[in-house]
Amino acid sequence: MDWQGQKLVEQVMQILLVISGVAAVAVSYATESFRTMMLIYAGGVVLATLITLPNWPFYNNHPLKWLDPSEAEKHPKPQVVAVGSKKKFSKK
Amino acid sequence: MHSLDYRANALLIFSVTALAFICAIPSFSDKFSNQNPSAEIQILNINRFKKQSYGNDEVSLTLDITADLQSLFTWNTKQVFAFVAAEYETPKNSLNQVSLWDVIIPDKEHAKFRIQTSNKYRFIDQGHNLRGKEFNLTLHWHVMPKTGKMFADKIVMPGYSLPDAYK
Repeated sequence: MDWQGQKLVEQVMQILLVISGVAAVAVSYATESFRTMMLIYAGGVVLATLITLPNWPFYNNHPLKWLDPSEAEKHPKPQVVAVGSKKKFSKK
Repeated sequence: MHSLDYRANALLIFSVTALAFICAIPSFSDKFSNQNPSAEIQILNINRFKKQSYGNDEVSLTLDITADLQSLFTWNTKQVFAFVAAEYETPKNSLNQVSLWDVIIPDKEHAKFRIQTSNKYRFIDQGHNLRGKEFNLTLHWHVMPKTGKMFADKIVMPGYSLPDAYK
């Protein structure tokens, strides 16, 4: 998932859960049924799971542009130069 | 949100927190419900009134209990626990409460009832103070919710008394 996709998935998850929660309370208050509230909210959680958990393709619409390998060859990695030979640490 | 585990964790925590808020709302709405329960108790008969071998008084009564607790039920009520207690004062204790009968009411249909019964639990005093004693019969109830706070209240019915001598 790319960065834009991650932001989208977080927003979608929060909005879906809040809406299903509000709908659950509203419907069950009107019908005086506690069971309806739990069922609607559980349905909302399942829906949010299906939409946000798998890595759907539409979350990858803005992929990162990595540099070409040829660009990396123009700027070689700095070499580690050994200064002097290994000196043995002697106790006095 | 870069991995499945991360998203699953975020979803779980958010959904459980939202569930907590959702369950707080029916409990809060219970405060605004209009409750007017009523009850009446008559003592039909005093079956036995004696002093036990260890010196405590014991009474056996037959009660006629009429109650309408239907208005206590809301959509957030799981059950109502109701009990009848005899309350009186003695020189040793400023308040004695002895539970005589109780019931668990699971739904609104069973909440309006009339029952004639002898006391379910024994009415035994701490001592021998019950001759000629005046007492109240109080119907207590606890409304147990599906989520949230439990409310308890009572109706006090004064004016009952026991005979002056053992039977």
